Amino acid sequence: MGDFAAASRAAVELLASGDPKLLEIVALSLQVSLSAALIASVIGLPLGAALAVSRFPGRRTLVVVTNALMGLPPVVVGLVVYLLLSRAGPLGELGLLFTPQAMVIAQSILVLPIVVALTRQAAEDAWAEYRDLLHSLGAAPLRSAVTLLWDIRHSLLTTVLAGFGRAAAEVGAVMIVGGNIDGVTRVMTTAIALETSKGDLPLALGLGTVLISVVVAVNAVAYLLREAAMRRYG
Amino acid sequence: MPGIAPPLLPLTLRDVVFEAGGKRILDGVSLTIDPGPRTLVMGPNGSGKSVLLRLCHGLLLPSAGTVGFSGPEYVNGRRRHAMVFQRPVMLRRSVLANVTYGLALAGVAISERTKIAGEALARAGIAHLALQPARVLSGGEQQRLALARAWALRPELLLLDEPTANLDPAATMAIESVIQAMHEAGTKVVMVTHNLGQAHRLGDEVVFLDGGRVAERAPVDVLLRSPASREAARFLEAELPWS
Repeated sequence: MGDFAAASRAAVELLASGDPKLLEIVALSLQVSLSAALIASVIGLPLGAALAVSRFPGRRTLVVVTNALMGLPPVVVGLVVYLLLSRAGPLGELGLLFTPQAMVIAQSILVLPIVVALTRQAAEDAWAEYRDLLHSLGAAPLRSAVTLLWDIRHSLLTTVLAGFGRAAAEVGAVMIVGGNIDGVTRVMTTAIALETSKGDLPLALGLGTVLISVVVAVNAVAYLLREAAMRRYG
Repeated sequence: MPGIAPPLLPLTLRDVVFEAGGKRILDGVSLTIDPGPRTLVMGPNGSGKSVLLRLCHGLLLPSAGTVGFSGPEYVNGRRRHAMVFQRPVMLRRSVLANVTYGLALAGVAISERTKIAGEALARAGIAHLALQPARVLSGGEQQRLALARAWALRPELLLLDEPTANLDPAATMAIESVIQAMHEAGTKVVMVTHNLGQAHRLGDEVVFLDGGRVAERAPVDVLLRSPASREAARFLEAELPWS
């Protein structure tokens, strides 16, 4: 317990001092994870809505697979992206391995199934309510999907946040494809892992505090936005 | 536009069977819906009234038999029949936008949508709510919006599935006056109802369904006073006449 108290005190001091090194790590973390959440949303929201309104052979299998992929192990995603991006790999010529871009790619892959699966679920619930009306008004499937996305926009905020949370919290994928290079690809989670193994507990704990605070703050803002919107639009 | 196209009605159902989940819901319905008189569809729960309406509107396809209009269902991309559901479905946007959404899908030019929608809202008596979010309206106001949304599409046939089932008397009266106005404007009204008072007020003829078959078809006064079929007589006994 003494260790924890001492580390906590040191962590608070570190945060209060506004250590530039710490800020750099936090900034890169946010940049990578927000980019991944954005990319996964741009691809995943339409896919999820399309999956909700369409009927085709193999759809149920696809739904089950998508749901299962939400639990994709980050290290496995990291490994696969590593193999793709490594010098000898099919995308090796791009020279992306051990760059923030590689980390964005890996986290996007990790977040995509979450966005698709949660969007599909929310859109399908809305579809049950809207189907008759949209058919009655003559909405084509594409139009229906767009309408559903727009009408469940408040729920989708939670979906995107779940994706961001997943990206910000994972360590396996960014560690493998980023390499945890100081000043280049070091993010909060990889720094915590490194500092803990080195025994620098105050820095690790300080980073952990920041990580949790960021996730809580982002979710709190989103919750308030959603609540205000629900009050406004019902 | 309706003047140019061949008339939509009559609508003819021939030996229509509808099955879902191994259950036969409609069992050989043959029916002609002519323009003009307000047609009510009545019958006990599970007699297939809603399914009948949905088949007419094309939301469901018959398992056997045919459902056919005499004229084309679409004119210039606009469907000539509309439906209002028991529970109004409100899109998460303003009252006005709920109406213009339907107009957009019907291919109405963007410059005309707001004007047409405004007129429809005025006719439904909710023009003052145009900019409110639709989902925060009361049940009666939502159903009036659903009617306005249908009316804006200028349907020649309006199908109503128990539009006042969940509403209090005041809201019911408001809905009924909108339906009456649509009838007077020349729209053929086909409505499912359980309410005998409403049948008196709003109906000309009744199609009485029982067990997925047409048990009787008669003018409202005749059916409510001296039904010829045992099924309709039993239904009337069970219903509270003053409700």
